[in-house]
Amino acid sequence: MARYLSPKAASLVLAVLLIVAVAVVTLVCSQLSGGSQRVATDAMIKLTIVVGMYMFAGNSGVLSFGHISFLGLGAYSAAWLTISPSIKASLMPGLPAWLIALELHPAAGTVAGGLLASAVALLFGLPLTRLAGIAASIGTFALLVIFYATFSNWTPVTGGQGSLYGLPTFTNLPIAAGVASLTILAAALYQASAAGFRLRGSREDPIAARAVGIDIRRERLIAFVISAFFVGMAGALYAHFLTVVVAGEFYLKLTFITVAMLVIGGMRSLTGAVVGTAFVTLFSELLRQTERGFDLGFVVVGGRLGLQEVGLSAAMLLALIFRPRGITGGRELGGLGTSR
Amino acid sequence: MIALQYILDAINIGGLYAMMALGIGLIFGIMRLINFAHGEVVMAGGYAIGLLATLPGPLVIVLSLAFIIALALLIEQTAFRPLRGQDPASLLVASFAVSYFLQNLTVMIFGARPLPFTFAPVLAETIEVAGLRLPLLQFVSLGLMIIALAGVAALLKRTALGIQLRAAAEDVVTARLSGVKVNRVIAFAFVMSAVLAWIVSLIYSAQIGQLSPAMGVRPLIIGFVATILGGLGSLPGAALGGFVVGAISVLLDAVLPADLRPFREAFLFGLVFVILVVRPDGLLRVRAMQERV
Repeated sequence: MARYLSPKAASLVLAVLLIVAVAVVTLVCSQLSGGSQRVATDAMIKLTIVVGMYMFAGNSGVLSFGHISFLGLGAYSAAWLTISPSIKASLMPGLPAWLIALELHPAAGTVAGGLLASAVALLFGLPLTRLAGIAASIGTFALLVIFYATFSNWTPVTGGQGSLYGLPTFTNLPIAAGVASLTILAAALYQASAAGFRLRGSREDPIAARAVGIDIRRERLIAFVISAFFVGMAGALYAHFLTVVVAGEFYLKLTFITVAMLVIGGMRSLTGAVVGTAFVTLFSELLRQTERGFDLGFVVVGGRLGLQEVGLSAAMLLALIFRPRGITGGRELGGLGTSR
Repeated sequence: MIALQYILDAINIGGLYAMMALGIGLIFGIMRLINFAHGEVVMAGGYAIGLLATLPGPLVIVLSLAFIIALALLIEQTAFRPLRGQDPASLLVASFAVSYFLQNLTVMIFGARPLPFTFAPVLAETIEVAGLRLPLLQFVSLGLMIIALAGVAALLKRTALGIQLRAAAEDVVTARLSGVKVNRVIAFAFVMSAVLAWIVSLIYSAQIGQLSPAMGVRPLIIGFVATILGGLGSLPGAALGGFVVGAISVLLDAVLPADLRPFREAFLFGLVFVILVVRPDGLLRVRAMQERV
């Protein structure tokens, strides 16, 4: 059926199918216990991050290790904009007076977080997109380290090593699922757009792409800025989910988990980003249960701290070795898409 | 006198980074793999030395060195060999996964809390030279570094395997066609980088006085900076980059006002960023790394 649809229509059908899947998961989980709902909410935020990362990494072929900085930027903007002025004045005395006085609704803070991340992505993307291949990936890694060092040391503005508390609770399962669906829709529209096609063309063959007049830097920059917007929004949602912001969250661990989701699922398709997030979430949940230890009736199997991470990294290695293009092999659901 | 102290510091720190950068550079040159797991090899070396510390000194050295070499070879065989020839990004992700695996395996076995490092406490004693009070460790590390760097240079320039390694780093296909056994050469590179990592383990663990699962991350990240600064794929460049980063970080420590000092890492990586953009080939340009059409 897919071959009779135009790329745009196929992409829209794909987005609708994926969003229906998200909606079904949301409906089922909303009937479950509070603990399971939190796991599902966390997964929806991760889905937003991974699909956001996919918009850049999947279409450009340049793996990014720096997107968690955008997540951090979103989270800190949520803290700067929505914590009440009295708490802000004591936690973050280094903020300008007008910002301390400001107390926005979390929804406004979330959009602002996305915009700030986009602005920063534009600033860093201008030089970054000059780089190709492995140098570009290292450049994004440099971004991660720079922002982590800043978040964890700029104490008067970010709270430094301490934690920022007092964020209003805002993120619940429907909101997180809604933003994740919006991100999926945006990713589908982008990859079926002319700009998306140009960027994927440059991924497949940069020299041929340049020869037909594609400005690879420009296309990469567009994708980088758009993807930062969604990851930034996810950051604000994450902050309103945990209701604290700690610099240590926005570093290697979360980078590893999100990159694992993207790579295990298949970095080159939107379906891959979604499947990878679902797979890794279920798998880590399973390992987490094991980590706690469980009672087999006649014997108690002791849990081990670190088991979850060990299992996850082993799974990722196996995926790389046996399915280097991920679970989906870079194909879209039902062949609905143009990237293979 | 203070200037002399700074220079000594710069050489010592620089030497450590140079060995880190060489360990990363040796593998990158031949496999196009940026080995994130190199930091965990250093960490494992620290744990091996620390846990064996009650045995007689020479035995500790032999056993821990053997352990590290075996570990490096095991990583190469199980994780990197099946992926050889894949694009550098997949290899990078694989090494990221190996690094995460080893770090958390250490957490599983020894717990997340730091353990004390007690091997050769004599290293912490200070001796007075020309009015400067210097810990013995500084001399030991300086000596080890000189031996290691000279050793690596000699192995690469003078031995058949070393020459084959450099040939394979230049062009794997042609090297293989000329009869170079690539598997052996890669194993050789991993052994050399493991020995370098072992020296870093010894010096670094003694410096910080404790062992923790994530202790390899910092030296790795800085070794990274040095490798990029020197030009990915250039071994003299990596060593040079190490010393330059050592000098820069001592300089930053001396020059930066106290409240900016915690941002040293941000400055270092800002530098990486600028170098990548202004001079993506690093200080020393390598012909073999340029893309051919």
